[in-house]
Amino acid sequence: MSDLRDLYQEVILDHNKKPRNFRKLESANHRAEGFNPLCGDRVTVYLVLEGGVVKDVAFEGSGCAISTASASLMTESLKGKTADEAVTLFEGFHALVTGGGSTDEETDRLGKLAAFAGVAAFPVRVKCATLAWHTLRAALDGKADPVSTE
Amino acid sequence: MSTIERRTKNIVEKKRGEAAGQPLPATTNDFSVAKIRADFPILGTTVHGRPLVYLDNAASSQKPLAVIDTLRNFYAAEYANIHRGVHYLSELATDAHERARATVQGFLGAAEAREIVFVRGTTEGINLIARSFVRPRLAPGDEILISEMEHHSNIVPWQLLRDETGAVLVVAPIDDAGGLVLEEFEKRLTPRTRFVSIAHVSNALGTVNPARRLVEMAHARGIPIHLDGAQAAPHLPIDVRALGCDFYTFSGHKVFGPTGIGVVYGKAAHLEAMPPYQGGGDMILSVTFEKTTYNRIPHKFEAGTPDIAGAIGLGAALEYIARVGHDAIAAHERDLLVYATEQVAAIPGARLIGTAPGKAAVVSFVLEGVHAHDIGTILDQEGIAIRAGHHCAQPVMHRFGVPATARASFALYNTRDEVDVLARSLRKVAEVFR
Repeated sequence: MSDLRDLYQEVILDHNKKPRNFRKLESANHRAEGFNPLCGDRVTVYLVLEGGVVKDVAFEGSGCAISTASASLMTESLKGKTADEAVTLFEGFHALVTGGGSTDEETDRLGKLAAFAGVAAFPVRVKCATLAWHTLRAALDGKADPVSTE
Repeated sequence: MSTIERRTKNIVEKKRGEAAGQPLPATTNDFSVAKIRADFPILGTTVHGRPLVYLDNAASSQKPLAVIDTLRNFYAAEYANIHRGVHYLSELATDAHERARATVQGFLGAAEAREIVFVRGTTEGINLIARSFVRPRLAPGDEILISEMEHHSNIVPWQLLRDETGAVLVVAPIDDAGGLVLEEFEKRLTPRTRFVSIAHVSNALGTVNPARRLVEMAHARGIPIHLDGAQAAPHLPIDVRALGCDFYTFSGHKVFGPTGIGVVYGKAAHLEAMPPYQGGGDMILSVTFEKTTYNRIPHKFEAGTPDIAGAIGLGAALEYIARVGHDAIAAHERDLLVYATEQVAAIPGARLIGTAPGKAAVVSFVLEGVHAHDIGTILDQEGIAIRAGHHCAQPVMHRFGVPATARASFALYNTRDEVDVLARSLRKVAEVFR
């Protein structure tokens, strides 16, 4: 069970049970939908991006504990960050969950997101952990207003 | 006698001996799950340090030594291309391949071996039927009838035809237990219905459809019908003549045979009248640039070098099933289904998806507050293989308002002890997510 406890850390279970920023953001000027056809997980990420800074962020969707907690913790860690900082954070997170060998310093920068280190031992769950982040990137790359992924 | 003469004599004698071998081996009548487990080497392995508990049989089943050894022996001692029969090995391989066809014929109760077409699997089988039999019959506004419980492979080929021809795809609904609503099915058999294609057994729910009645309803209106037997073949005795269906399909890998091989049964009159599915070698009698004469059935539908070893391995798998006996398998699986249903239903927060009265040994369920994927990962750590997801039947998931289910599906080699391991581990899942 030790691997399992590493995967399902308390903070992950908590964010799965009570996802933060779980709502539709009417004022969003960036939005993207993510879908994992393998397991049917869906997520929509809403962003209010002003002057290159994430003023507000929220998400909706349905998924497993890993994908839900990942989306929830992502929204918490993004507020006040610039778009570039958000992308850097994603890169650090991606390295962490794919076992890409993060230094302690890099892991420190991830803050609470470091709880996902256990995912690296479960390669098939990497997609769950990164679904919201890939969707975030699509939202950042998308055109501001009108909100659409098409 | 020269060597060649001796070899020819051997082959002829072998052929004579085995032409009569078409009836499948007699049941041994002493079902012992311990003995059966010894036939499947993989069941003795461990996963994450725990004994493997393989409960993903509806996705694919494990292989007995009878199949593994047959494949090995074929490649080691008998392999050559088939239907190129001037040399010894080719005759041997052709003979083994056609014997496998006769074994499939016996397994399905078909009238003739030429009604058995080898394909890659059920999916290719349905595509063959859609392309060669159904498409030429479709005009805009014509209808194809399927059900709400179908696997994607019995939905998408018909959507492709619909989009090409302007035909309409009509869906018969299922009830809250996961059973087909027969009156609704019958209502949807209209003067425009050109074809019916229905699962014999549902992969996501385990529901066993009343196949014979469905065939009768369709035939009463002169409508041909296909039964998708991918999930039925491992569990039920099948008799296509008693069922009366026009077409029947199944996959080798779900009946303890190799991957890459499957079967289309079609009534000879249909197969004769149908255009080929694919063109190439082996499906022709003569070719000039002006005109090609097609081979007889079933070869007309088997273009190119087929999966020779796959067909022979499938024959070995069906002989294995026959030796164990379909009745013994059904009784054992019924016991597992009843026990597993009780055990899973007793887990706090568990809801069973698919509770029709007639079911194959499939237990699909959700746990309140826990996604199926998380169940799958935690069970995997306990050595248990189940399927977590939409089971290639997304409309079924929509019907029950769930994104995914966890599915434990059983085979002849599973045990009550394994059900206990499953139940114990599901309580651990509930603990992690308490």
